[in-house]
Amino acid sequence: MTVDAARGAPLGTVAEPPPELVQLLTPEGERVEHPDYDVDLTADEIKGLYRDLVIVRRLDAEALALTRQGELGVWASLLGQEAAQIGSGRALRPTDMAFPSYREHGVAWCRDVDPVKVLGLFRGVNHAGWDPKEHRFHLYTIVIGSQTLHATGYAMGIQRDGVEDAAIVYFGDGATSEGDVNESFVWSAAQNAPIVFFCQNNQWAISEPLERQSRIPLYRRAEGFGFPGVRVDGNDVFACLAVTKKALDNARSGQGPTLIEAFTYRMGAHTTTDDPTRYRLQAELEAWKLKDPIERVKAYLVKSQMADKEFFDAIDAEAKAVGSDLRRRCLELPDPEATAIWDNVYATEHSLLAAERAQFTSYLGSFEEVSR
Amino acid sequence: MSTETLSLSRAMNEGLRKAMENDPKVVVMGEDVGKLGGVFRVTDGLQKDFGENRVIDTPLAESGIVGTAIGLALRGYRPVCEIQFDGFVFPAFNQITSQLAKMRMRSLGTLELPVVIRIPFGGGIGAVEHHSESPEAYFTHTGGLRVVSCSNPSDAYTMIQQAISCPDPVIFFEPKRRYWDKAPVDFDLANAAPFEQAVVAREGTDATLLAYGPMVKTCLEAAQADEDRSIEVVDIRSLNPLDEATVLESVRKTGRCVVVHEAPVFSGYGAELAARITEKAFYHLEAPVLRVGGFSTPYPPSRLEDHYLPDLDRVLDAVDRTFAW
Ligand SMILES: Cc1ncc(C[n+]2csc(CCOP(=O)(O)OP(=O)(O)O)c2C)c(N)n1
Ligand SMILES: [Mg+2]
Repeated sequence: MTVDAARGAPLGTVAEPPPELVQLLTPEGERVEHPDYDVDLTADEIKGLYRDLVIVRRLDAEALALTRQGELGVWASLLGQEAAQIGSGRALRPTDMAFPSYREHGVAWCRDVDPVKVLGLFRGVNHAGWDPKEHRFHLYTIVIGSQTLHATGYAMGIQRDGVEDAAIVYFGDGATSEGDVNESFVWSAAQNAPIVFFCQNNQWAISEPLERQSRIPLYRRAEGFGFPGVRVDGNDVFACLAVTKKALDNARSGQGPTLIEAFTYRMGAHTTTDDPTRYRLQAELEAWKLKDPIERVKAYLVKSQMADKEFFDAIDAEAKAVGSDLRRRCLELPDPEATAIWDNVYATEHSLLAAERAQFTSYLGSFEEVSR
Repeated sequence: MSTETLSLSRAMNEGLRKAMENDPKVVVMGEDVGKLGGVFRVTDGLQKDFGENRVIDTPLAESGIVGTAIGLALRGYRPVCEIQFDGFVFPAFNQITSQLAKMRMRSLGTLELPVVIRIPFGGGIGAVEHHSESPEAYFTHTGGLRVVSCSNPSDAYTMIQQAISCPDPVIFFEPKRRYWDKAPVDFDLANAAPFEQAVVAREGTDATLLAYGPMVKTCLEAAQADEDRSIEVVDIRSLNPLDEATVLESVRKTGRCVVVHEAPVFSGYGAELAARITEKAFYHLEAPVLRVGGFSTPYPPSRLEDHYLPDLDRVLDAVDRTFAW
């Protein structure tokens, strides 16, 4: 037993169970069986997942480039987490409701949110460019963990409406430490709410490794709250799809919440302002590169002769086109009018706001007079 | 050698280091403060030099950061908490306002909580939402808390040490857009202004600008730019308790006053200053005290922040209006 002086606590006292990682597709692209989970996908559906994965990676790369060129203020990259997001996102029905954190660009894609609208927030032209009700995809939430309670309340609403929808909420490994997240576990259990907690454990919360947040694997936290937890290979799009579908179905059929821990890796920096060389080793990155979420689907498609070079080339070309289109439309995003500051603060603008707006408009006007 | 030119971030770092050297009970805690050295590098190298026992990379839980800091303080430690950004202090609001602020009074003076909560605050860095706010009025409104803000590297170095040695809880607002500004730092604490004292940052005779944190520099630039009038700038430094004497002395001298902060004007800290000056220096005033600050809206997306934040023009526009009275 080692003693970590820093925390004065004995480590290694909690027995690690054998790894219970649900996996249906190995990093080498082999299909494997799991006693509880399976997917039944047509060749076209698998190709569709591949297309999603490649396109969202491309969109992410484009956004990173735009940030480096000063066109976005900051970007939170999804690199490495494509399978977790596409697998879970494609498990949703149109009427389900998703509550993202700030890195779920892949889920946004699955919810038909125009990617340029996702860029708006990072460019600083608005706080969110899409209509959450239209897409059943809520606003990005940056204050860690807050959205888990919103999703729980939303699920309570679904429950009261007596319909077969479900809510899913996304958050990170670090987020599991927040009070709000733990309260949402308590609430959803007490209310038996139709909700899926989708935790992308990408191993890092900025510079802090998971050991700073938890002594046990995150999925095992669920048991203490009274609902099932499952750890899935977050780089396996089949497994993420299967596990999320089942959890959503359980929610729909009155069996309450599930915690899914998608075991994955943040391949990039936390955001473009972060420098991960200060706190993590290149070797870790190299090891995870071998588990790439896209390569394994490609290998499977090739091995099973579902797709040929022509298909892959076509997808690459499409991804490239979607990327350039995104770039062009990002650059065309207009800066908001100054008076947008006062828009939508209340249902009806009160007199004080109206006065501020008018005062500032005339103040700005005074500069034009001078320059004329 | 007792002065050196440092960035504000580096000066904070040196101040923290000094405090940790002087008192083994000082512990630094927060998200990413250890190996990373904080997102603004304020705690850079401290974990390496003082160990994980004294520089704690905490779980991602702000209520926990402040709540456990209270416990550590009850056990004789002097925790210095970092809240990563202004907008993330609110999960800790209960611990700060209901617990930290009140415990001395509730315990009839038997308990002491020398906890410092450092908060990088304010806008101007082009960030996404929740990273540019100025929540100081929530805390100045709460009895039992001291609230301070530094505006330059030298004050950063001395004020953080004064805050740590202070027996009361201190909310320490750091002007994040000034972290990389460099200036000479005087390492001799004997030369430092007392913790509770406002400082005249620039002398003048015709109007007074009152500011703290990031707006002090803006006000100094505005004063400099005004060739027609002699403008005094007072750096409030300690928002609560307020050094009323220094403020009133300046306003009585100049007869005109503009308060500048990034936080919304409505119900903001400037309202307290304006009311107090009106009450206590009414007959010295040539014009009402004016306020320049943020609007009565949530902080806007970053492409609009230059409109939202007071700048040189808006400050001078207000100065003009006090003269036009
Ligand atoms: C309440 C709150 N505290 C701190 C932050 C600053 N912050 C932004 S992301 C982050 C780490 C999040 O880690 P994790 O939950 O694992 O999600 P990931 O970024 O890895 O996807 C922190 C500390 C924040 N956004 N909100
Ligand atoms: Mg993480």
